[in-house]
Amino acid sequence: MSRLLEASALALVIGAPALAHADTLGRLALPEEVAAWDIDIRPDGAGLPEGRGDVWTGEELYELQCAHCHGTFGEGIGAWPVVAGGFGTLTHEHPEKTIGSYWPYLSTVFDYVYRAMPYGFAQSLEPDEVYAITAYLLYLNDLVEDDFELSAENFTEIRLPNEDGFYMDDRVETEWPTFTQEPCMTDCGDAVAVSMRAAVLEVTPDDPLTDARHAQYLAMAAASGGDAGDAGPPAAAEEAAAPEEEEEAAAGYTPEQVAGGEAAWRQCRTCHNVGDGARHAVGPHLNGVYGAPVGAQEGFRYSPVLTEAGADGMVWDNATLDAFLENPRAHLPRNRMSFNGVRDADERQGLIAYIASFGE
Amino acid sequence: MTKPGDKAGDGTGGTSRRGFLGGAGLAGAGLIAGMVPARAASPDPMITEVQPWAQFLGPGVDDAPYGKPSPHEAHVIRRNVEWLTADTASSVNFTPIHELDGIITPNGICFERHHAGVADIAPQDYRLMINGLVDREMVFTLQDLLRFPRENRIYFLECAANTGMEWRGAQLNGAQFTHGMIHNCMYTGVPLRTLLEHAGVQPNGTWLLAEGADASAMSRSIPMEKALDDCMVAFRMNGEALRPEQGYPVRLVVPGWEGNMWVKWLRRIEVGDAPWHHREETSKYTDLLADGRARRFTWEMHAKSVITSPSPQAPIYHGRGPTVITGLAWSGVGTIDRVDVSLDGGRNWHHARIDGPSLDKSLHRFYYEFDWDGSPLLIQSRAMDSAGYVQPTKDALREFRGTASIYHMNGIQTWQVHSSGEVENVEVA
Repeated sequence: MSRLLEASALALVIGAPALAHADTLGRLALPEEVAAWDIDIRPDGAGLPEGRGDVWTGEELYELQCAHCHGTFGEGIGAWPVVAGGFGTLTHEHPEKTIGSYWPYLSTVFDYVYRAMPYGFAQSLEPDEVYAITAYLLYLNDLVEDDFELSAENFTEIRLPNEDGFYMDDRVETEWPTFTQEPCMTDCGDAVAVSMRAAVLEVTPDDPLTDARHAQYLAMAAASGGDAGDAGPPAAAEEAAAPEEEEEAAAGYTPEQVAGGEAAWRQCRTCHNVGDGARHAVGPHLNGVYGAPVGAQEGFRYSPVLTEAGADGMVWDNATLDAFLENPRAHLPRNRMSFNGVRDADERQGLIAYIASFGE
Repeated sequence: MTKPGDKAGDGTGGTSRRGFLGGAGLAGAGLIAGMVPARAASPDPMITEVQPWAQFLGPGVDDAPYGKPSPHEAHVIRRNVEWLTADTASSVNFTPIHELDGIITPNGICFERHHAGVADIAPQDYRLMINGLVDREMVFTLQDLLRFPRENRIYFLECAANTGMEWRGAQLNGAQFTHGMIHNCMYTGVPLRTLLEHAGVQPNGTWLLAEGADASAMSRSIPMEKALDDCMVAFRMNGEALRPEQGYPVRLVVPGWEGNMWVKWLRRIEVGDAPWHHREETSKYTDLLADGRARRFTWEMHAKSVITSPSPQAPIYHGRGPTVITGLAWSGVGTIDRVDVSLDGGRNWHHARIDGPSLDKSLHRFYYEFDWDGSPLLIQSRAMDSAGYVQPTKDALREFRGTASIYHMNGIQTWQVHSSGEVENVEVA
């Protein structure tokens, strides 16, 4: 004990730098600043903002903001998270961990939607909207009726079914007695055999660059005096990536406009791809969309309003894109693009130039 | 990716696309038989002919103001697995641990895990707030943080889901994919304790919430005891500024605990009197067990090791004879005391040699050198830490937890080495 004390006393004398005025570092936070960032919610309701929202309002918002990833019924599109259902599956081989089947607290739903959703456009929802979406998620999980309204007042009355399904980490108590035994060194157990191979699944990504590495090592093996077999020419040379071709500014836009649009594109790329190998994601890829009929990118399932507009002869040109991007929902009501729009006209023109630069 | 030639698993090797077996086996044969180095059949043109690099000038000092690895190392890169996630902005990639040595991970290949892509924050725009149950709610700039006394510490960061795909059995052929959600860096920063004391934690402040500035506003509850123990608010990794993908300009360092808690782009520390039970500590990062109940707050990363070479992406090309087995071992509760290596699937074990620094909650590098006779091997490594914990087999873990818990798979990894030198991810029983 004394050595430890001595050591810390020494540290105080020698190690701890003398900072007489360290107390002056930083500044006091203003209440408005704390309020702007401190949006977290706890299971006891601490942090809940004033507000309310019902299932019907929530359904409308969910369809617009959430369904394109989480599915109309919360079933999850592709690899996006499933948020509803899955009851009684926690002991199954492939459990479905949803808000209804797994999450312990409703506050987690509110907190997460409020801080991080919709994906790629975080903190754009008002408290009333988050109450409504949360109410609808309860409805999708059969936990409330369709006339339910969630508010700051009744929030903590709602309990999720799996609240008691969690307990504190007990690995040290339950597992460590087994895992702290002196291990066997020789003739341990019976001889083993291979029981499973990763190769059978063939889920490992292909890896052309590693083939180049293998060629290097085969050549080295040959240079060590042995015969390295038919290693053949290194594959590396062929793999040297050709520099991406410069995209030419199309349709009369200047390279400056295109470059400006590239920055604005960041808000779109969550859902849309452009360029070489672009594929449909949450939204369609936009290669060649400029000058093409609305709702016509092959292989993408558009909302009916877009398909109809295209059938009626609407084409994506500067004027239609500009109007659409300014306020997508007002311009083509009931379309599924959950995006509030770009208010700045120059920014829109840059975006259009950028999109136009990706021809088919 | 090397396609295993030995589909039958009978140890006889097989034909691979590059005639793997024929040459490599012969190369070492002379060495074993005569115990003298082989003689080349003809002079080596790399020696007898003047090579271009020995004759002509190379690039000058203005060629690469920030240097990159040799172009011949173009394969040493982070890789992702496309089918794992819906979108690359909320996804993970993997450190190429099969190509690395020593204990430090170079910054550019430290694995990434984002929940809303990489936030781009200019240092002059950065703010850190401390609020909640403190005497003074504070705001710091990066410059403020740089005026506190600093510390340098080397720690590993392992994702709780590292090796998680192997719970149901051998899945991915490569140490990079099975064990690559880990890196080990020297962090420079201010002890979190210093900042908390500066703000003055109130007596009922028993928990804190760490929150990121990115578009996922990543948030995790951390008990005050840990915060005051060894957490750091870090702004450098391996000497230079944090990389953007690692939280530039400031991240939290939570030594030995799961990587998700090391909040990047750290913008706020709130002190409270209870945990928040946010999404990343309820829906995710909880360990569902076979009985349908789940452990929460499984923060500590327990002792683990893996052989990084040979491994499926780093097979043996040199044939029989002197062979180096190397790998990594680590523990979130202390140092690694010992690593054993088995060549026969865990029946017999040999002490490996740990070389390089042995630091608390840091990667350890181990080696086991032996003469390979060319016969098929089932190679494994087993770590033992300073708390006396012995890395268990995967089956021993499954007995406690089932196969659905995703996180905290620290079981012993088996690689099958074929006679051809090719290596495969397998499970043994």
